[in-house]
Amino acid sequence: MAELITLAFAAFITENVILSQFLGICPFLGVSKKRSSAMGMGFAVLFVTLLSSIVTWSMYRFVLVALELQYLRTIVFILVIAALVQMVELVIKKISPALYKALGIYLPLITTNCAVLGVALLNIDKNHNFGQMLVYSTFIALGFMFVMYIFSMMREKMEFSPIPNAFKGIPIALVVAAILAMIFARFGGIV
Amino acid sequence: MNQKENFLKGFIKENPLFVSVLGTCPSLAITTSVENAIGMGIAVLFVLVLSNWIISMLMVNEKMREWIKPVRIPVFIVVIATLVTVVEMVMHAYLVSLYESLGVFIPLIVVNCIILGRAEAFASTNKPVSAIVDGAGMALGYTFALLLISLVRELLGSGTLTIWGDLSLNLRFLFDFLRITPIDMFTKPVGAFLTFGFILAVITALSNAKQAKLKKAVK
Repeated sequence: MAELITLAFAAFITENVILSQFLGICPFLGVSKKRSSAMGMGFAVLFVTLLSSIVTWSMYRFVLVALELQYLRTIVFILVIAALVQMVELVIKKISPALYKALGIYLPLITTNCAVLGVALLNIDKNHNFGQMLVYSTFIALGFMFVMYIFSMMREKMEFSPIPNAFKGIPIALVVAAILAMIFARFGGIV
Repeated sequence: MNQKENFLKGFIKENPLFVSVLGTCPSLAITTSVENAIGMGIAVLFVLVLSNWIISMLMVNEKMREWIKPVRIPVFIVVIATLVTVVEMVMHAYLVSLYESLGVFIPLIVVNCIILGRAEAFASTNKPVSAIVDGAGMALGYTFALLLISLVRELLGSGTLTIWGDLSLNLRFLFDFLRITPIDMFTKPVGAFLTFGFILAVITALSNAKQAKLKKAVK
């Protein structure tokens, strides 16, 4: 249990997907201008990461290893994720139009979000068992959501700040991200 | 547009990293040494040139194009993922240390937006030869951008420049001369965000100045 808590904390703060592993930087810079869209993306990533981690992990353990086709993992994983995202989109559209309205536009973007494929691959590289895989994927996605939330609020505030012309937009966002990364890295001593 | 312009546009005018801000994840993660940047650049060059070529070959025929169009994204992804797997296997076999330091970012070339972006925006509507030239230009432009970031980070962060394997320059005497130590922060995530942010700001400032000059000339 203690080991799982350490894993969760590391995935959430010290090994944060965005600020220390640099996965999912595109949505981090692209859809963080408004809090509502940042949260929408966060929920979509949580949903898809969890689902795709379970599917790809089982696929690797029970199909690819049994057939000795481990080298095909990149191709198989990306296809599984792309198919999964399409399916999730169809299912959500049918079952809950309200949820579809909230997440719909973010779902197609997720296929090329490196966080999703990255977590699927890291679960294999780190040799996680089923429980560790669940905890790791959940907390990585929650960490993504948490950083998106903080960052989007900072960007909303920055809209009204006097920023030099050259820094407007992405450059100042990166500088702010650097400060956030510094804060998150300091938590490393706890684990 | 002739082939030369087609090749050169990737470096400055349409630089994938600095102008379109695509493929940011590896540019922040693996730029801790110049060697990593070169390795990543070569991997992207290989994948992008071949994927552009294969995709434009697939789409050059009218009949094929009609047939592939509705499922083109999955088709592109399969082509790219296959090429990435080839790169991954070759690197694992011959360049083990580079393979280990690039880590998960080699398979993640699949989701690098530059490659799918060029397939969709250029290769699928152009002839194979121009697609290859475009791919080479874009990949080298990306490599150039990665090199710039990694030069700053490695020099300031550890005081060395690792070019390839054992071939490295030790520039610590410069730091000794100035009586300072290398700034460790630049090898950490903080340094990645800061370096990239400041380089982008310099580029924005330069292009703003250029535009202001053009406006003055028009007036």
